[in-house]
Amino acid sequence: MSADQLIPLIFGRLTWEALPLHEPILVVTMIVVALGGVALLGALTYFKLWGYLWKEWFTTVDHKKIGIMYMILGIIMLLRGFADAIMMRIQQAIAFGGSEGYLNAHHYDQIFTAHGVIMIFFVAMPLVTGLMNYVVPLQIGARDVSFPFLNNFSFWMTTAGAIIIMASLFVGEFARTGWLAYPPLSGIGYSPGVGVDYYIWALQIAGVGTTLSGINLIATIVKMRAPGMGLMKMPVFTWTSLCTNVLIVASFPVLTAVLALLTLDRYVGTNFFTNDFGGNPMMYVNLIWIWGHPEVYILILPLFGVFSEVASTFSGKKLFGYTSMVYATVVITILSYLVWLHHFFTMGSGASVNSFFGITTMIISIPTGAKIFNWLFTMYRGRIRFELPMMWLVAFMLTFVIGGMTGVLLAVPPADFVLHNSLFLIAHFHNVIIGGVLFGLFAGINFWFPKAFGFKLDKTWGLVSFWCWIVGFWLAFAPLYVLGLMGVTRRMRVFDDPSLQIWFVIAAIGAAVIAVGILAFLIQIAVSILNRDKLRDTDGDPWGGRTLEWATSSPPPDYNFAFTPVIHDSDAWWDMKKRGYKRPAKGFRDIHMPKNTGTGVIISGLCLVMGLALVWYIWWLAALSFLAVLVVSIAHTFNYDRDYHIPADEVRETEETFERRLKATEA
Amino acid sequence: MRRLRLLMILPVLALLSACDMVVMAPAGDIAGQQRDLLVISTLLMLLIIVPVMALTVFFAWKYRESNKAAEYEPDWDHSTSLELVIWSAPLLIIICLGALTWAGTHLLDPYRPLDRIKPGQAVAEQVEPLQVNVVALDWKWMFIYPQYGVATVNELAAPVDRPIRFHITSSSVMNSFYIPALAGQIYAMPGMETKLHAVINHPGEYVGFSANYSGDGFSNMRFAFHGLDQAGFDRWIAGVRQGGQPLDRERYLELEKPSEKVPALHFASVEGGLWDAILNMCVEPGKMCMGEMMDIDRKGGLTMASVRNTMPLIYDKYAGRGSNPAYFGSDDSYVMTICTPLQAAAAAAERTRRSELQNAERGPVDRAPLRGMGLVPPGVPMASLSLSAPASAAPNA
Repeated sequence: MSADQLIPLIFGRLTWEALPLHEPILVVTMIVVALGGVALLGALTYFKLWGYLWKEWFTTVDHKKIGIMYMILGIIMLLRGFADAIMMRIQQAIAFGGSEGYLNAHHYDQIFTAHGVIMIFFVAMPLVTGLMNYVVPLQIGARDVSFPFLNNFSFWMTTAGAIIIMASLFVGEFARTGWLAYPPLSGIGYSPGVGVDYYIWALQIAGVGTTLSGINLIATIVKMRAPGMGLMKMPVFTWTSLCTNVLIVASFPVLTAVLALLTLDRYVGTNFFTNDFGGNPMMYVNLIWIWGHPEVYILILPLFGVFSEVASTFSGKKLFGYTSMVYATVVITILSYLVWLHHFFTMGSGASVNSFFGITTMIISIPTGAKIFNWLFTMYRGRIRFELPMMWLVAFMLTFVIGGMTGVLLAVPPADFVLHNSLFLIAHFHNVIIGGVLFGLFAGINFWFPKAFGFKLDKTWGLVSFWCWIVGFWLAFAPLYVLGLMGVTRRMRVFDDPSLQIWFVIAAIGAAVIAVGILAFLIQIAVSILNRDKLRDTDGDPWGGRTLEWATSSPPPDYNFAFTPVIHDSDAWWDMKKRGYKRPAKGFRDIHMPKNTGTGVIISGLCLVMGLALVWYIWWLAALSFLAVLVVSIAHTFNYDRDYHIPADEVRETEETFERRLKATEA
Repeated sequence: MRRLRLLMILPVLALLSACDMVVMAPAGDIAGQQRDLLVISTLLMLLIIVPVMALTVFFAWKYRESNKAAEYEPDWDHSTSLELVIWSAPLLIIICLGALTWAGTHLLDPYRPLDRIKPGQAVAEQVEPLQVNVVALDWKWMFIYPQYGVATVNELAAPVDRPIRFHITSSSVMNSFYIPALAGQIYAMPGMETKLHAVINHPGEYVGFSANYSGDGFSNMRFAFHGLDQAGFDRWIAGVRQGGQPLDRERYLELEKPSEKVPALHFASVEGGLWDAILNMCVEPGKMCMGEMMDIDRKGGLTMASVRNTMPLIYDKYAGRGSNPAYFGSDDSYVMTICTPLQAAAAAAERTRRSELQNAERGPVDRAPLRGMGLVPPGVPMASLSLSAPASAAPNA
């Protein structure tokens, strides 16, 4: 066998040309990332942190640490996704009057695809999952999730997906298809490169993590609530998390299936979504949106929960209309499956089909509207403390209703015909995703940070970040509404009409202001860490909280609660405080806990290798890593050393330390 | 302070008035009605959005912690009458909006022939709509005028106040055909036909483009749309006839190849059946048309032979913008002959006749097994059919 045959056998289609050395922007990025990476690895080695990270974090099965790791992953990926956004805004602000801007089509088309994929799958999803992971077990008085190992595995699968997508930046290319990769454009005939394959395997591998984490949280919420916590006594955040995870479990398999069909088309030459041979690309569009629309609610529902917690906590009041809030959530969950076609009214369905889906879409706005009113009347006759989470809530209410309105507008099919795929649509969904999901995440992060780390976040920098986000958001997206009404479509790289430029310039300025907002958020965290002694949360309940997570210390001990609390009210902790709850001082027992394991990291690592091997057609490696996944999975089932006990003495000591701190705070 | 704020709004207003909001001020009746629906829906929703926003600000201000004068009822969390209001107010709005949507969607269905050309003016009975067959190519637009026998690329014209009927398809990937001044968009999809009915009411120069991302050259996939008076349109057609070359299959296949920023092209004549071939993805000579394949399937298919009969179908599967087939894909193969040239011609004629009777009711399905050169007669085992020696099975004439 000659070298010409041997090399493709070993390396598949991976060649030196895969390194994008002809793109100066990428070369510089690559150098910066490489230097940063080397510096980071060097620092970790120098300070001998590898063992600590591996033992305490990478292999952890503690839902709190996994939650925090999800948040860190989300924030890191936010920086990448936002870098893409800035590049797009700059390109669109300068590519006028014959100018090609600074990005060629090959590069620009990857950027907007990557921006969408990263922001949804690797920013919003990890942040939302991280929040649920951290808070839900605490809110229901549980020691951990139902399947702690699975939780660790889910996180690492999501991370493996993120790594695959990051790899596409430096080796080969990413998809140039838009974030949902519609065929036939994403088929092998029109996208013969590795881009779409990167897309497919990143999502498939991360999707395994998401689905498993959904199953895990459903089981946790259904089976592990503290005694007395009936379904209608669950905190609203737990309710919305339950609904979100039901949506995840019901919809992600559809994504997996449709991507698997696309994979078959691309790898094996089947004809599910080809133009001819009886294939039908419209089927893909339907299937992907049957996942895609519930996905929107997967993202927003938990944040509705966050806002409910924030509204009642900072208004010092019970949540108005708990029951209608719960029903609204459930109705949204169900209806979210009946609206997918509104993403493609313009595909030529008949008028009756279009109206049906338009009207079901509008109906969703009724429970959503009810929710807004419930928060409004929670504030009514309250004592509102304008801490950062509350400010994010008010900003959300004022921003989100506009996004909701433009959303209902787009649900009117004839209006959609003129606005579909326009920048108006872009403005709309950023209006609800930034104004809803992101504002909610900031509210949640500011709200629960003291619980997770034992000190509050700095308010001054939090305010800087808040105002930059609000102002930046409107500066960046109000012009897009205007441009949409001027008939400007999305994903354009160059423009003819010079009268549009001013709006793109304003939008670019808005993006710059948001960049300051992100920077201020990072500074906020850094400043808070430096001033942590001043910001210390000693009693575990810095905001006058209402739900169980505030009943334990900040940060909570590994076992969360020394004794499983008994619940009498939906605002369990508020109720306990009212009744003059005393922390038990004796009768501690050994606590049974799950043991850390590295299997999740190893299997995910192998899946990562398999994904990259499949992208590059390195078949032997794909087969080998798949086999290894099976072997490690089976071997793991023989690992009987998976639990340990925290001795009663240690529990008592931890609880007594906290008790002393509480006394000191009161004194 | 308040006055200052008003002053700050001024430049924004100036900007807004300077820009040409084509969606809000279109030149075609359909787009106009779509705009009206957009405005009415917005106003309807503002009925509830504005009070909610005002109340949010008011409550946030009134019930702030420092305002000790405001009531504080920490345990007040339910009010049945209030609940009724907060569920029924949005419900009422949505009922109105839903009714408007149902009616508007049916009235403005792009597939529905126009019944008026502008408010208060019905379509005259004798008027024949202008038909334009639209093909989205990589990355330009082709327009075929079957009534005039001409075609253009990246340039479209229509007489004012005459209904236009667009038949839209695409050669390779999905695009969306959109002229904001004229009417809402509709997807252009390969192997499929979508329709759009519209009318332009004011003469002028407008812009059309693809509103669905379709690859590298997408940004420049724009064309000029001329709204002309009848005389101007006749002159324009005459100009196209004079200046242009013929558009035949070869020229089309050349045009179909990806190219960007193509200047307007005129074609004085169009080869017969070209549109049909484009739509059925069989412009290349020797390719099987989708319609033909569907005919065969309608009659029960080629059974196992169809599994092998893939070559005549391939239009763009591998010959798209890339050219590598799926790694593990099978080779293309075909059944050597299906029928004699005479039969093929007869079938083509039959197909043309049927496509002319497009709207006529479909007859009962012919369940009789398909017979023809190279096909297995009913009752003969499949084994006699093989790839290497195709068409050796007993001919059946």
